[in-house]
This record gives sequence, C-alpha cells and structure tokens, in this order.
Amino acid sequence: MPIRIITTHLEFEGQISEQRVVMEGEEPAVWGPEAELAVVGKVTPRVDGRERVTGSAQYAYDVQLPGMLVAAGLRSPHPHARIVRIDASRAETAPGVRAVYHHFNTGDLNNPSNDRPVFGDELLYQGDLVAVAIAETKEQAQDALALIAVEYEPLPFVVDQRAALAADAPKVSTTYEHNTIPEGFPQTYERGDLDAGFVQADVTVEAQLSTPTALHNSMETHGGVAQWDGRTLTIWSSTQDVYGVRRGVASALGLQQNQVRAIKQYMGGGFGNKFGAHHSGLVAAYAAYTLGRPVKYMLSREEENLAAGNRPETIQTYRIGAKKDGTLTAIEQHTIGNVGAIGSWFSPVAMATKELYQCANIRTVDEAARTNLGTQASFRAPGVVEGTAGLEVALDQLAAALGMDPLELRRKNYAERHQALDRPYSRKLLLEAYRLGAERIGWAERDHEERRYPQGRDGYLRRGIGMASQLWGGDGGPPAQAIAKLLPDGTAVILTGTQDIGTGTRTVLAQIAAEELGLPLEQVRVELGDTEFGVFSPPSGGSMTLASVGPAVRMAAAEARKELVEVVAQLSEAPTDALDVRDGHIFSRETGKEMGAIGSFLELLDGHEITAKGMRGPNAENMSVRTFGAQFAEVEVDIGTGRVRVLRIVAVHDCGRIVNPLTFSSQIEGGIIQGLGFALMEQRIVDQRLGAVLNANLENYKVPTIRDIPQIDIILLDQPNVHANTIGALGAGEPPIIPTPGAIANAVAHALGRPVKALPLTPDRVLDLLNS
Amino acid sequence: MADTSETAAAPRTHVSLQVNGTTREVDIEPRRTLLSVLRDDLSLTGAKPGCEMGNCGACTVLLDGEAVYSCLTLAVECTGREITTIEGLSASGELDPVQQAFIAHDALQCGFCTPGQILAMKALFATNPHPDDETIERAMSGNICRCGAYPKILAAARALAGTQAAQQ
Ligand code: FES
Ligand code: FES
Repeated sequence: MPIRIITTHLEFEGQISEQRVVMEGEEPAVWGPEAELAVVGKVTPRVDGRERVTGSAQYAYDVQLPGMLVAAGLRSPHPHARIVRIDASRAETAPGVRAVYHHFNTGDLNNPSNDRPVFGDELLYQGDLVAVAIAETKEQAQDALALIAVEYEPLPFVVDQRAALAADAPKVSTTYEHNTIPEGFPQTYERGDLDAGFVQADVTVEAQLSTPTALHNSMETHGGVAQWDGRTLTIWSSTQDVYGVRRGVASALGLQQNQVRAIKQYMGGGFGNKFGAHHSGLVAAYAAYTLGRPVKYMLSREEENLAAGNRPETIQTYRIGAKKDGTLTAIEQHTIGNVGAIGSWFSPVAMATKELYQCANIRTVDEAARTNLGTQASFRAPGVVEGTAGLEVALDQLAAALGMDPLELRRKNYAERHQALDRPYSRKLLLEAYRLGAERIGWAERDHEERRYPQGRDGYLRRGIGMASQLWGGDGGPPAQAIAKLLPDGTAVILTGTQDIGTGTRTVLAQIAAEELGLPLEQVRVELGDTEFGVFSPPSGGSMTLASVGPAVRMAAAEARKELVEVVAQLSEAPTDALDVRDGHIFSRETGKEMGAIGSFLELLDGHEITAKGMRGPNAENMSVRTFGAQFAEVEVDIGTGRVRVLRIVAVHDCGRIVNPLTFSSQIEGGIIQGLGFALMEQRIVDQRLGAVLNANLENYKVPTIRDIPQIDIILLDQPNVHANTIGALGAGEPPIIPTPGAIANAVAHALGRPVKALPLTPDRVLDLLNS
Repeated sequence: MADTSETAAAPRTHVSLQVNGTTREVDIEPRRTLLSVLRDDLSLTGAKPGCEMGNCGACTVLLDGEAVYSCLTLAVECTGREITTIEGLSASGELDPVQQAFIAHDALQCGFCTPGQILAMKALFATNPHPDDETIERAMSGNICRCGAYPKILAAARALAGTQAAQQ
C-alpha cells in the first residue's frame, strides 16, 4: 500500500501544533447526513456493562500478583522545608518491610514529566514526597512510616498567588529566581487597539471573578502495580495515557520503551490529571525493578488531594467596552493563576475572551504564580471553565449596564470566524443552540414576577435564570491507529492503544466497527489500554478520543471488510461488487439472497485471520473545527440561609454526530454535575498562616451527591460535522462542564440582583453578597 | 541487630466470615477492616477503596442486608453475620435486576463507585420496594459518583421502584 507522510495541524487544549502523519491507503468517505447507519447513532448500553456491574472489571487498584509488595508514602508536613537528615533504620527492620526509599538512598530517581528528582531534599509543599516504605502488606508499610525519623529545616513559604508575585516574596524554591513560570510569563495576547476600543465605547464595565482551586477527586486515586520479569517491566496503571506511562517509566529506569508494557483495563476516573507515569507509578516501577517482586503503590485520598494536581485558583478581572447597541468595542482580561510549587504551564484561561464573541480590540494578560502548594494539572477543559465563567459573568454585568437582554447581547456579538486565527469555523450552530435552549428554559418569562418570587416578594425564595456559551476543540487528530481482525468464526476484534476512562470509548468504537464491518455489535470485541498491541493512540484527554481513534477504527474495519469481500469473491467465484456484508452474513447484491455467514467462508481457510490497519487522516486545513454549545440554568436561592439550589439545566451542545446517545448524555450530565460542584461547593481550603491544606479529603472537600442534582434537559443537535473526520463526530468530554459555572453564577446574580464576584457560591458567600 | 522483620509480626486472630453464602476462614490482625480483608485476603475486589475514611461509599457491602461502609467496619465485628459483596449478587451467573437496570440506564461511567451504588440500592429496595424520589436520594446520598452518573442512577431506581424485580 502506498505510504504518504502528511503534515497536519492539531489543537490540544488551546495549543496548535504541527504533526506528521503516516498514511497507508485511503480513509473511507465521510459518513455525511445522508448516510444510513444501523448501529452508529443508536442507544447502546455499554459493551462492558456486565464487567462494571459485577465487580469483575479490573482496575489498577484491584491488581494482585503473587508475592506482591505494597507501598505507602510519607509526605511533608511543611509547606517548604529542607530535609536535613533521615534515619529510616527502625522502619527498615520493622515487620514485613522490604525497603524504604528517600532522598539519601534514592536521590537519583528522576521524574521525567517535570525533570526533578522523585525524592528531592527540598520539599516545596505540604504533601511533597519524603519517603516511601515497601512492605509485605499495606498495614506494615503504613506502620513503617511512623518509624522514619526525619529532621526538617522549615523554610519561608508563600501560598497566596498575589503575595507570591511580590518582589520581596519568599521564594517557593531556593532554586527559583522568582515565583513566576520562568518561560513565557506573564503571557500577553493583543489584537486591534485596546485604547481606541475603549474610546469608541459608550459604556464600560469592570468586573471580577475569583475561582477556587478544585481537586479532581477521581474515585480511584493515582497509582499502579509494577512487575519486572528480567525482560519486561509491566505496569498496570490508573491512567488516561498508556503510552505516556510507558515513556515515563522507560525514561526513569533507563529502559527502552519496548521494554516497558503499560496496561490499563479499567480506571476509576481521571478528568485530566492522569497523564504520564506519575510519581506513584515511577516508585512502583523502581521498586519492582530493584526488589524483583511486584509492587503496588496507590495513593491514599489525602495524598491524592495534596499531590496529584488540581484546577488552579484564578483571580480574573475584566474591563469591557461596548456601544449603546451592545456592540463590543474592547475587552481586557487580566488573570493571576496559582499554579502551585512546580507549575510549568498555565491553562488557557483567556481562550473564551479571545474567541467566543466578536470583538476587534482585545488584550489578555495571564500571570502565573508559583506557590508552596500542590502543582496544578489539567482538569476537564482546564482554564476554559474558569475563563468562560469570568467572561460570561462580566458580560451579564455589561448587559445590565446597557439595559439589554443578556442573550441578545451575545447574539449581537456573534463571531462568524475564528478571530484569533482568522479563519472560518467548519460550522457553528451556536445561534441554534441559543434558540432551542432559550425556548426550553422559558427565557422570555425570566423576569416574570411569579417565576422570580415563588413565595411572593415577602418569602425567602428568589429564583433566577442565567446562561453561558461554550467553545472548545474536540476535533482530535492524528496520529491514531487501529487494527481490525476478522477471526475464523466470523467475529471481529479491534485493537487500539486508546483508553476508556469511563466515557464509553469501548462501546462507541465497537459500534463504529460493527457498522463498517456489517457485523452485529455482539460479534465485535474491542481491546484497548495496552501498549503491547503496538497500535498507537493518543492520550484520552482534550475531548479527542472519539474524533481521533474513531476514524482509525472505521478505516481498519473498512479495509478488513474489503479484504473479506475479496476472499469471499474468490471462494465463491463472484465479482467483488456483487457481494454485500450485513449482520454477519454475505449477501448477493443481485438476488438479495444470503450466501452464508462470514465465518462459514473464513473457516474454509484453516485458521486464517483477516488483519487490516487503519489510521486517522489529517485534519481539515484552513478552517477551525470546534464544538459549540450553550447552557441555561435556573436556580433558587434562599435568602435566609444563603443556600443555592440548581433547579434545572438545559444543555445544547454541537458535538457533531452522536454515535451513542446513551453514553453521550451520560457525559453531558457528568460534565454539568462537575460544573455545578465548581460553581456551588468545591474549593480547596488553605490555612494561609500555616500553608496547610485543611480539606484534603472527601469529608470537607465537598463534591455533589445525588441530592444536589437538578433536572437536566439535553437537547440533541446530532448533525455530523463533515469537515471533522470520516465519522463526523467530535468529543463531548469537556464541552459540557465549560458553560455550567457561568450559567449558574449568572442565574444567581439574576435571582439576587447582585453581581457575583467569586465562586463557589457557598451559603456564607451568598449571604455576604446579600449584605454587600 | 537481628532482623526482627519475620519474628515481630503483630498478633493475629482467627475469624470465620460468611461471605456470599460461603464460610471463609482468615487469620488476621484485629485492626484489619472488612474492606481490606475482602480485597487482600479473599480477592473480592468489587468493593473499592475510594477514601478509606467513610466519606465516599465506594466500599459499600451488605451486612445482614444493610448497606455499610466496609472501610469503617472491622472484619472481627462481622463474625456470624451475613456479608454480601457485589460478586455475590450474580453468583448464579444471572445479573440481579439492579445490576441489569444499571446497565440499561447507563447508571455508571468509570464504574469505580458502581458496586457500592448497586449494593446501596439493593439495601434500599430490601426495606422499601416502593421508594419515592426523596427516599431514593436519601438512601443513595452516601455514595459519591465523581463521574456524575446520578441522573441515571435515579432513573434506574425509578424504573425498579414498585416492580417485582425490586423485591427480589
Ligand atoms: S472507602 Fe469506605 S467510604 Fe470511602
Ligand atoms: S461511575 Fe465513576 S465514580 Fe461513579
């Protein structure tokens, strides 16, 4: 097959990069709106539902191997300290203990994802890793921690982001010259002439929004089980990124990548912070390699919440100018983010300001402060959740100043093109989303007396309705590969290196393969999450899995089907174009007659398996493929207690073709619920005097429970995006969380008639707002 | 100094547990939680450690038909009591109606909280086959789902409420 190398462009979480793609053969023609599909697009319960409901699904946490040792970590009690001395002798001889690792005996173990030692001698935050004990049982490992004597020299620290940027602030690390990310910060983006824009404005508003540090709190913590057999280091990891785990472990241990096998069968959530090997995986791998026995290291919930990443706190300020008719003339955004101790990038918090609404004159400045706290990590639409909330809150304040309907203001400034890149969108159904959502929530009646005051004006309850828009990538791209095999019994297996992190990837890929192969869904098995297959897939993040891997699977299936038809044609002496494959059987196109099951032909070939490759083709050039959407929220605020209840969310998102409406709606609901948590209750709380996190657990770090859930109405657009890829589908993981906090904040502001300045809207904050 | 690692092991006690209808004998340290014994000694890994502090519900099992957090339950307390884990729900090979409803309604995403959710719902129906929404939410509010499968967990419970299956 002719091989072509093509250069294409990818967008991942706000960054554009160039990518070379190897293409063997041609992708099939895109499934357009006219395509008649039997399996794709149908409500399909998960193909691995049985494993997930019976407890037989194996998570990294569940892997148990003969002779397996267990690790437990000792963490810094100080926000900043130097380790003067460690005496681990009592721990090392405690019952069952096989090793204790720390700076003075394992100082050279490097973490390639941040290029720092796993066991440093300078601790940069409470929860930084001091030592790890490896023992026969978890209890013994934990007991050993108490026997490790550590002498700390506490150092000056800073945890507040504004304080950290002051010239005389304590340095977060003695190796830092200042507390900013050394390269590229502050980061400024400018277009047009901001000052001229404000001169043109009839109305100028200033607004601010502070957003909290949010903790991912995936139900399964970070970690894994590693085993070294003298040839291969195998690691079962709770990861969104098996190839990243392989790369990281190989680099840390000085092995070749092909000497490391990373496996992820099931994982208990990631939400963006399970990329790469993580220090838990590196320590397990190192211990297994050194001790010659399998080792498990799963973080405790507290370790997870201190040391496994977070959505960083932001302080955002906006100045927006507009003409009387609402036309935006200038937007200025300034953000200070708290990226933690060793943050080396800051999420694209200005993406919405740059792109969401039409405006010629923009300036955004992002400042990133390092502090003596756990380092940030990407968290479901990193930056864009926070930034969209800030911009949308500011826009509602502008609408109020203009005396204009907030939705009308957004329609007025509708952006037809990608302004930052100056290119067209492949398509944009946002106006349609506005129309459908507004109708469903009853936007026209949002100011009606009986709706706003359900108990009358003397009662305690106030209701409000707000909305926010959503813009995100989700277009994915190469490289992503797949292999389709038709087995002797006529069933198929699809191999990919992707991960199903709970989104339903395994199911949608099976649907795509079944559709293309002409097989019933039950006859397709999808294997994923294993580097051993040698079928590369990107990490499962950035809403890119389906749009990247789906087309590769489709192409592999199409190629396998072609080969099958070829084989059957020769066996039955019929021309290939006279044959059709449906429902696992071969049919004559001419007579419509069934000629036999696929397996009845393949079994004539004595064990022959048809194997075909597929790969994701290049992205469309010179246009921007985006997901757009809008959410509308209705809330009820008790002005006596300050409690906010979200009554209803209406969500309309254009994610192209919907392969499985069942798992799609689950993703949308899940995103909305995390967005609701961010808006109303989630926040890491830090004692500023001690530099200590006070709620690194699930007791005091509040996440939504079933009692917090509003009615959620999802309106499906479900139209294939023919420019996106051959299946016409885009990602849906991140879009739904993006507009939720902004929509809820605007609804609360509407209910109270006061601008919201900070999230989460906890009762005390709401009462403060009322008293302001 | 002599290596004390093998000799100074903590005292153990013998416990006989009734798990999913079978008697399982274990020699364990008295401090061991039911969760850790189920997972590490009996290889029943369906109950999940989400927090090991009684905050999340991922470790939920049934103790004499009642939903408990197995991370807060000592194994030695369970002598003579009937323990049901998720593995016991479909021991015959056939899925329990609650399990079926979870699949049909997609009441799960990553699935890590799912065994606990299913058992919490099982305990609810055992005491109340006709729960209304308020009762369902109360019974399920001790089980966190970070993926946010709640609307569908509620849908699964509503579909079962009042049916024959709920009483199984
Ligand atoms: S693990 Fe038991 S409640 Fe969380
Ligand atoms: S399904 Fe992931 S935590 Fe509930």
